[in-house]
Amino acid sequence: MTTRESELSTKETADPKNWTNRLRGWLEGLVPKGQALPDRQPVYVASWIYVFGVLTLTSLVVVIASGCVLSLGGAAWWHVSSLGHYVNSTHLWSVELFFGFMVVHLWGKFWMAAWRGKRALTWITGVVLFGVSIGTSFTGFLSQSNFSAQWIGAEGKDGINSIGAGAFFNVLNPGQMLLWHVVLLPLGVGLLTLMHVILVRRHGVVPPLDAELEG
Amino acid sequence: MSRDRTPDAHDFPTRRYDLVKEFVIALVVVLVLSGGLAAIFSSPDEKAITMSGWAKADPDNLVTTAASELAGTTTSATYGAPYNTNAEGQKLGPLPLQKWGGVRVPVNSADLVLGPVSNVSDNPAISSALTEWKAATPEQRAKWATAYTDAIGTAAADGEPATGAGGEVAKVKPGDYGPVPALSAGLLALAKTGGLEGALTSSGNFYGGDQTKSLLLLADGAYLEDQAVAQNLGGDQWGMMNEVGNAPGQPWMWLYTFWYQVKPFSTSDNADAEVWGLMMLLTLLLMFLPFIPGLRSIPRWIPVHRLVWRNYYRRVKQP
Repeated sequence: MTTRESELSTKETADPKNWTNRLRGWLEGLVPKGQALPDRQPVYVASWIYVFGVLTLTSLVVVIASGCVLSLGGAAWWHVSSLGHYVNSTHLWSVELFFGFMVVHLWGKFWMAAWRGKRALTWITGVVLFGVSIGTSFTGFLSQSNFSAQWIGAEGKDGINSIGAGAFFNVLNPGQMLLWHVVLLPLGVGLLTLMHVILVRRHGVVPPLDAELEG
Repeated sequence: MSRDRTPDAHDFPTRRYDLVKEFVIALVVVLVLSGGLAAIFSSPDEKAITMSGWAKADPDNLVTTAASELAGTTTSATYGAPYNTNAEGQKLGPLPLQKWGGVRVPVNSADLVLGPVSNVSDNPAISSALTEWKAATPEQRAKWATAYTDAIGTAAADGEPATGAGGEVAKVKPGDYGPVPALSAGLLALAKTGGLEGALTSSGNFYGGDQTKSLLLLADGAYLEDQAVAQNLGGDQWGMMNEVGNAPGQPWMWLYTFWYQVKPFSTSDNADAEVWGLMMLLTLLLMFLPFIPGLRSIPRWIPVHRLVWRNYYRRVKQP
């Protein structure tokens, strides 16, 4: 068979060297079949502690949505508009809830030793996510263009500068901080969240300590 | 490392569970909570301090700060990286991390005064003062500026007696201060007009988006910190994590802020680098906790998990 005939062949054979096939295979293998959005969970998933993961996730949705509405009006809109101020307040309080739920989620997972059963990367992405979220909120406080931002910048610069990072991450430059706050860091939070959730669905919810399979 | 015998979660018996319904209910709960808390408690928005406000509220402090910038004795003038090379900066043990960052945001503290006042036209006093300043040697400039800041002095505070004119510029005795009083007064006059921020931030650049110089000048004075301390936001008042009024700030930074309140950090010259180093170490410990013997066993020793999975344990023990 000539090359031309091979290209025109309608026979469906998965060429393992085809980049598209390889990417599709990798994506399909991320989560076991039927486990991306299952309608059943293991019997031991029966506690209020499990709710805090999804509460963290939904708080992030509200944080991003309220941030997007603030972006529509621009950096100074919330200072001059009562609607803008209310959206800013919603943004602040959803952030407070986000961190509150995340801390309870983290402690819950700690006491459940949820890194067991090849789940260490799930735990690590969660901890990194917590750290990146703190950085994201910090740049938000620096982007307020009010007295708080002035003071937090004046105080915060010494910590960042002391480890040499201030040379690249200038907390006294609100233009840079705002872009980190609305582009770079949310991108990091979003990607880490996606990775974290995929890992949770990949391995399933961690079984109880000392649990043995029934039947 | 003990062998991990955790069974595969997918091999356990299952029960009905609606993830999408759970997500939607949680979203509604968070929306109601966020919107409700926002309606009840709002969010603080205290207006930024302006140079004009500083000049009117505490003109003596602004003049003193200007003279100190010329003398090279302010915080920013003696900071080191990333602004200048006038200090080694903080170290983490033997590691000069601050210095390694390099001077990538160059700021000459004298220019925080000379830059703005050199844009003032039609003022012969400032013009001649600038000419005199430029013609002088660095030693002469430092001598004039230091003599002037010493002459202004400070008010009595915390049991310490007043020095110089007690911080009151109007009471400064005549002396050899060169052009420093005229330059400092020129900066004060410019600040009162409301034009100082623009002169520092966007002079020669229509789109000024970088407030580094304005904030450094403001932070070099006492006015900003006085306002912050009055609102319990000082560095020794857990200021990094608090907000103005009763609003919640960043309570998740409590541990970072905590270290600044206790020795040895509270009295260390390298406190910032040391606190950062410690927090990095603690974060790494938390990250790699699954691999650290002892720490990873705490959940077994303190069986909070018996509460979480109480129904499961009860069921498997009663066949």
